[in-house]
Amino acid sequence: MKTIPQSNQAPETGTFFTRDRNWHPPAFAPGYKSTVFRAPQKPLIAFPNTLSETTGPAFGHDMLGLLDHDLIHNFARAGESAIGERIIVHGKVLDERGKPVPNALVEIWQANAGGRYRHKKEGYIAPLDPNFGGCGRVITDADGHYAFRTIRPGPYPWPNGPNDWRPAHIHLSIFGTGFVQRLITQLYFEGDPLIPRCPILNTIADEKAVAQLVAHLDMDNSEPMDSLAYRFDIVLRGRRSTPFENRMEGN
Amino acid sequence: MLKETPSQTAGPYVHIGLTPNFAEITGIFPEDAGKTLVNDKTPGERIVIEGRIIDGQGGVIKDAVVEIWQADHLGLYNSPYEPRGHADSNFTGWGRCATDMQTGEYRFETIKPGRVPFADGRIQAPHANLWIVARGINIGLQTRLYFSDEAEANAEDPVLSRIEHRARADTLIARRAGDAYTFDIYLQGENETVFFDI
Repeated sequence: MKTIPQSNQAPETGTFFTRDRNWHPPAFAPGYKSTVFRAPQKPLIAFPNTLSETTGPAFGHDMLGLLDHDLIHNFARAGESAIGERIIVHGKVLDERGKPVPNALVEIWQANAGGRYRHKKEGYIAPLDPNFGGCGRVITDADGHYAFRTIRPGPYPWPNGPNDWRPAHIHLSIFGTGFVQRLITQLYFEGDPLIPRCPILNTIADEKAVAQLVAHLDMDNSEPMDSLAYRFDIVLRGRRSTPFENRMEGN
Repeated sequence: MLKETPSQTAGPYVHIGLTPNFAEITGIFPEDAGKTLVNDKTPGERIVIEGRIIDGQGGVIKDAVVEIWQADHLGLYNSPYEPRGHADSNFTGWGRCATDMQTGEYRFETIKPGRVPFADGRIQAPHANLWIVARGINIGLQTRLYFSDEAEANAEDPVLSRIEHRARADTLIARRAGDAYTFDIYLQGENETVFFDI
């Protein structure tokens, strides 16, 4: 972890906008069976943001290896590459006020083209790809932009209902500037007919919220004769602007 | 205003992305991020924080990831958003640990944090901020760990005082034995840990 370069403006240290927990999925959502015994039943307790909430770890670009963002090659043997539809997944990390979030660490993980994860607890019959590990990471640039190169993951069956299949998806973990912006989510692909059938996606009540998790085919940023591209922007909680208020946070 | 990207569960294979070396996917990242918080120059009292996460049926969860975020020994956060000065550069303040696939235990080697002010200037008791994700958890759970040997500070802590049912505040107190604090997290039921909306 390194200190990120400071500009001549002090970073905004305001508190975060409240999370809209009707927009996010609820803890208890019995259509997704694993939530039933893992959902808190007592009310969450609220209190105003302190420095414990408005600060968070910072990551420097120098932590990254050359292939950290390239899942086609970062686990492959020399001269080989992962099997599957070659895609670029890219977008911006923004906050709720639409401001880009630079220096945000974005980590992803996914199954291979056949829907098989490289994990010892995974027993699906589709084979592993010897040239595909399934994880990557990147840090957003000064404009909040990130990009990965990967293969499109396959759908896979899971023990929930008797015949449930996850849509093709990529898991994402994002750090903002404060620890309470911490977010894990999943990216889905435009046009996938499994999306409306998925019990995990259906934990989200608002169809506009579901739509925000769907990456769109982005022909303009595809590479002809090489890779298609999908665009996926990520919105983190915004900070309240406090330009004239000298808060009591230890000043 | 834009809407925040909705959360989704981290799922059972969260280790592939967050702790790939722990998941035996080696050769991509030299070390899992957040594996160490301290080095041999870190000032402060060395402690261990360890515990398990228990579901509503009393079962120990073996597929969770816990992240910790805490101040240094003087109460400063190692963050560009810390306005009071620079935290100790030998302490990251941030750690990440997968629960053991056999025992369900998580463990952090860290230091005892100093005290940090509350929004109104009162001083909070020493605490660490925890964030928990797993299969079956749709949105990461936020909680805090306080220390059993800080009874006086805990008694005046503005967050603990906000918990209307006093017995519930005890769920946030890690118990000291030697240099280790045990903090078991109960997701649901009688001893349910207090989780925050912050």
